[in-house]
Amino acid sequence: MNFTILIFGILSLIAVVSSVLMITRKNAVISALFLIINFFALAGLYLLLNAQFIAVAQVIVYAGAIMVLFLFVIMLLKTENEPLIFSQNKLLKNFAILIGILIFVQFAYLIFYAKPSNSLIQNEVQSVKIGTIQTIGRELYTNYFIPFEIAGFLLLAATIGAIILAKKKFE
Amino acid sequence: MPTNVSEYIYLMPFVILGVTILISLIIEMVSKESELILPWISIISFFIISLYSLLNINQHFILFNGMIEVGGRSAIFNFVFNLGALLVTLSSVDYIKKYGSYYGEYFILIQFSVLGMMIMAAASDIIMIFLGLELMSISFYVLAGINRKKLSANEASMKYFLLGAFATGFIVYGIALIYGSATTTNISYIVSNFSSLIHNVIFVTGFILFLIGFSFKIAAVPFHMWVPDVYQGSATTVTGLMSTTGKVAAFSVLILSLSAVYFLNVTNTFSAYFAALSTMSMLLGSIVAISQKNLKRMLAYSSIAHAGYMLIGLAAGNIESIEGIIFYLMVYSFINLGAFGIIAIIEGENDSRTDLDAFAGLNSKNPLLAALMSLFMIALAGIPPFAGFFGKYYVFLGAIKADLTWLAIIGVLSSVISVYFYLRVIVYMYFRESNYNFQPYLTPYAMVSVVICGLFVILFGIIPDLLMNIITDAIK
Repeated sequence: MNFTILIFGILSLIAVVSSVLMITRKNAVISALFLIINFFALAGLYLLLNAQFIAVAQVIVYAGAIMVLFLFVIMLLKTENEPLIFSQNKLLKNFAILIGILIFVQFAYLIFYAKPSNSLIQNEVQSVKIGTIQTIGRELYTNYFIPFEIAGFLLLAATIGAIILAKKKFE
Repeated sequence: MPTNVSEYIYLMPFVILGVTILISLIIEMVSKESELILPWISIISFFIISLYSLLNINQHFILFNGMIEVGGRSAIFNFVFNLGALLVTLSSVDYIKKYGSYYGEYFILIQFSVLGMMIMAAASDIIMIFLGLELMSISFYVLAGINRKKLSANEASMKYFLLGAFATGFIVYGIALIYGSATTTNISYIVSNFSSLIHNVIFVTGFILFLIGFSFKIAAVPFHMWVPDVYQGSATTVTGLMSTTGKVAAFSVLILSLSAVYFLNVTNTFSAYFAALSTMSMLLGSIVAISQKNLKRMLAYSSIAHAGYMLIGLAAGNIESIEGIIFYLMVYSFINLGAFGIIAIIEGENDSRTDLDAFAGLNSKNPLLAALMSLFMIALAGIPPFAGFFGKYYVFLGAIKADLTWLAIIGVLSSVISVYFYLRVIVYMYFRESNYNFQPYLTPYAMVSVVICGLFVILFGIIPDLLMNIITDAIK
């Protein structure tokens, strides 16, 4: 058996099991921790696809930053009231199920029926290289140099804005 | 790295402003009295950039692998942004002391927002549009709520942020669909293939989402809900900046997105969308403004109506009407900056004296202010010989050429309605007795700013060709 397929099997098993565990836990914090495991497994899957950059971003941004955000929200909200939301409003639950089914159908269609457009097929060999950090780095500092700099200014403005609104001392 | 050093030279306005921002941040960091220095640094850099842009309108280049476009259309917009920001900064110097947000960061955020606008107008790639838009919007969200102690400012900031983020969602989704169908974010490629892409359902969906997002930003009905509260709640000078240059920036993107229509004569598929938005904006803006007693709120509705007049030009989509919109945008910016400048002078502590009664009998208190305010109101109503008339005239002319006479007629009708509430301000100033007993807090800088606006309004009213020739050169 191929080594890559073995790793793929293990990682996808972890991803599926952790996501099932995540949605069945009663305690929101434990759910969040299972979500982290899920993110790590997904990052491994991205690595198998040669998408190093997305793998790293997945770990840093999702498993790192966004998870902290989730935990803060869980901490600040009263999660004990959560079952009440569904018991008080039956419609909400049905709506959630409907959305879930819709997304499932969408993915099923994507995987089994949809064909990639012609322009994507042409670059199949090239597209494998695109995910590497070298390629992304080179693109960022050549073709996308100006947007890269502007993104820096954007983050600077956002940081300054947040500090002014939250921390500025008023007389 | 770019192959040619000269590319950086053409990028001068952006580099100057970026460096100014960084220098201002350092000054803010080390100096205890940065708010005394920063406005002047901003003003100097805005002045240099606006002058540079005006002199370089005829140079037209696309730089950095089709990322940014300098000269021409973007130069004329840079001129408006920087001049507008200069006037706002000038009238802010004393206003924000009164408002209670006398901090250096205020001026730095204005610089940030102008950088964002310049990038939006100069974008030649959809990524640049998005980054510029976000840079501008984030600065505005913070500027709107810069005085944390004021409830009205908090409300304005929060509303603006939530609805702005909602609009950004539309834009990003639209961009994703456009990228998916056109397989590129390069605008010149999309423009040259516009006629074939328009048959692609995904592209059209993306494009409409993109337009909807920007309709939020220009405050067209039915995407106008945030405007009155945000314009009333924010600091008056900030409102001036948002309602003029911010709107110009959003319009510059809309104009760019239609460039296939007026350059390559592709059928204007989205004409009906713009016409519908325009009709609703003009009528709702003009009619609701009649019942407004607060001047800032009234001008907010008037700005909705003016967005409607400008949208006529996009519905028409020929080169004359596009030139008309740019003319209108420039003139409208000066008029509105002047009007908000005067409100900022009259305004007292804690948002008092922004209602119509505060302007009663202004003539006896300060004839110059009353005369200038009358000038701006007449210009907003579009009565000749002032500049506001020619803005409407060029746009309506373009609409008639595009067989949209009915839209021009609605425009004229709603202008007639709007005359009522603009002239009411003049009636209050000259023929009513004042209930308030106050002297306007006259400061030289704010006066200079308002007078400059007034001079521009008169100048472009008497010789509109002066500006129109520049715009025609720039658009080619």
